[in-house]
Amino acid sequence: MAISDIKAYAHLTPEDVEALGKELDAIRRTIEESRGPADAAYIRKVIKLQRGLSAAGRVTLFASLFPPAWIAGTTLLSLAKIIENMEIGHNVIHGQWDWMNDPEIHSSTWEWDIACASSHWKHSHNFIHHTYTNIVGKDRDVGYGLLRVTRDYKWQPKNLAQPLIYALLASLFEYGIAFHDIDVSAVKKGRKTKETATLQLKEMGRKIRRQVVKDYVLFPALTGPAFVGTLTANATANVVRNLWANAVIFCGHFPDGAEKFTLAEYESETPAEWYLRQMLGSANFNGGKLLTFLTGNLNYQIEHHLFPDLPSNRYADIAVQVREICERYGIPYTTGNFAVQYAKTLRTIVKLSLPDKYLTATSDDAPETASEKKWQLRAA
Amino acid sequence: MALLPPLARSVGSPVGNLLRRAGARLTSPLLPDDYLHLLNPLWSARELRGKVVEVRRETELAATLVIKPGWGWASTYQAGQYIGIGTEVGGRWHWRSYSLTSTPVKSDGLISITVKAMPEGFLSGHLVNGLAPGTIVRLAAPQGNFVLPEPPPAQILFLTAGSGITPIISMLRTLDRRGPLPDIDLVHSAPTSADVLFREELHALSAKHDGLKVHEQLTDAMGLLLLKDLGNVCPDWANRQTWACGPPALLDAAEALWAGAGLSDQLHLERFSVALAGAGGQGGTVTFAKTGRSVTVDGATTLLQAGENAGVQMPFGCRMGICQSCVLPLLEGSTRDLRSGTEHTEGSRVQTCISAAAGDCVLDI
Repeated sequence: MAISDIKAYAHLTPEDVEALGKELDAIRRTIEESRGPADAAYIRKVIKLQRGLSAAGRVTLFASLFPPAWIAGTTLLSLAKIIENMEIGHNVIHGQWDWMNDPEIHSSTWEWDIACASSHWKHSHNFIHHTYTNIVGKDRDVGYGLLRVTRDYKWQPKNLAQPLIYALLASLFEYGIAFHDIDVSAVKKGRKTKETATLQLKEMGRKIRRQVVKDYVLFPALTGPAFVGTLTANATANVVRNLWANAVIFCGHFPDGAEKFTLAEYESETPAEWYLRQMLGSANFNGGKLLTFLTGNLNYQIEHHLFPDLPSNRYADIAVQVREICERYGIPYTTGNFAVQYAKTLRTIVKLSLPDKYLTATSDDAPETASEKKWQLRAA
Repeated sequence: MALLPPLARSVGSPVGNLLRRAGARLTSPLLPDDYLHLLNPLWSARELRGKVVEVRRETELAATLVIKPGWGWASTYQAGQYIGIGTEVGGRWHWRSYSLTSTPVKSDGLISITVKAMPEGFLSGHLVNGLAPGTIVRLAAPQGNFVLPEPPPAQILFLTAGSGITPIISMLRTLDRRGPLPDIDLVHSAPTSADVLFREELHALSAKHDGLKVHEQLTDAMGLLLLKDLGNVCPDWANRQTWACGPPALLDAAEALWAGAGLSDQLHLERFSVALAGAGGQGGTVTFAKTGRSVTVDGATTLLQAGENAGVQMPFGCRMGICQSCVLPLLEGSTRDLRSGTEHTEGSRVQTCISAAAGDCVLDI
């Protein structure tokens, strides 16, 4: 069973946890007070770069009959979509740049280049996922309702197919997250009205239509004889972005060491314990400047979960302090090589497709989930 | 829910709008404007922008900013109206409102505002001393009903002090371009003649038009103009339609005088700064419900400032409690009107630009 007593799991007293909370609050305040022109210049530069890449990609694809142009155009467009979704869209929608008071770079007005409408994302991601992070049965991102990513979930025969389902989800990730917030199970259980869901479905349809018409009808048609080349290039760019975004996101909470929690833990939680849950439930991966940029700084998943609305360009600096705090308090700080972290994620997805009887570890001490009982079990 | 920024604002030419609309299908979820303004900052109608083309020093403390508006600026405004101007300081956009000093009867498409650096006004100082030609500013569309009727009345009194002359100079410039001026008395107060904004121009206009009489009350030498003595400088003030603009004390005195004479309907006021001297809230935590943000503020910080500091996109207009653009529903708690001290409680709709928190409160935004 996932963690129900986070203090026992982390070997911390209530006083320790509160002190930890104060230190993290102080980091937040320092960053908030020091946001300024250099940060504003950063996001504007990124936006300029991204729009330049996007325009260059679209123009290059007019020559997509010519294979090198197809490759160049597809690469440019893939990069543009990745940067737009990761470093710009995701972070702007989190409100990381709202402090600039610029209506054009603001969480309330940003719509991103992906099938999922930003208003739906704000609910399913900013609210549900970031509030209830890794609480089994509450955070719908734990497996996205499709995958058994922790043995806290009971095995069902459909899980046998999950390697295949995962491959489909990763390739079509933008449609998965577009549909994610509709939450059919909530409608079935009567927690959400049919009318609300219908309205959302219509909005989803409108957003998807705009995206599809742009990438698969208008731009191919504009390029005339290169119609098919542009169509396949655009489709490739969308899939590349889907695979990339999915890999980055899955590395945030599903590698070994990113813990899961029970509802009981959440119900008695203090703000400082919320911080602690974010730290224990998230995993980073190492990256140089380029990799970090292309993940939208989400390789600093721990820092992002502690401070989802602080500017992403500061996460690298914050990470140094958070890591030091973790060492001082003896809290695990999960990180590793990107490929290794992703391999661990894939291994969990494949392994948990099998019924529990074929698994050796219990949900109290398994690679992808553990509980405070782990220490007693190990001692025994 | 909007999947696209509004295309409602026109760029002027019908063909341009058609192209933008078609282009938006390709640039979705952005507008063509979002790409074009990276080439030329004025090529966007999504947010009104302007380029400062000239900074003209008017007095020691005041300067006129001549601004070339970008796409989407509807050039129709009335003399006496004000605009919102946003400038970036320290990575953050700050907004203020100023009267337009240019005249709409002009074909060069430029607008101007004249700003006086206030002693503690961090933004007015920046506007006067910190903006080089070429700086891009944001604009909010002209508004306000401190304007002359059409046709203007035959007898007018302009009663102004300090930078209160700014909406009036726009009216005078407009009237001047249309022909002979009606019978106008301008009674203007400033500390010294060097502080009188547009002094040469006012005297030139007065020389050109028989109808315009200018009285300068230079208060360092002559003392403040006491309105009970208004008859000394403008004997027939009671026969005139009056437009008054200046510091709160002058306007309050004018309101009392005209009301005492039963002539309130002849007096038109423009308040520049609002005297936020009221009882003050005691401050508290302001929560912005829809955005899920909250901020703790003192009892002197307006809810509008509090929201903007917290990065909430607050609606705003005049920022001085007259236009109602900033009104938001108060969901919980209470707020205090900083002008009057009146307390508003949950369920009421409050003007955020002149209200402060009176304890913790929640706004519906």
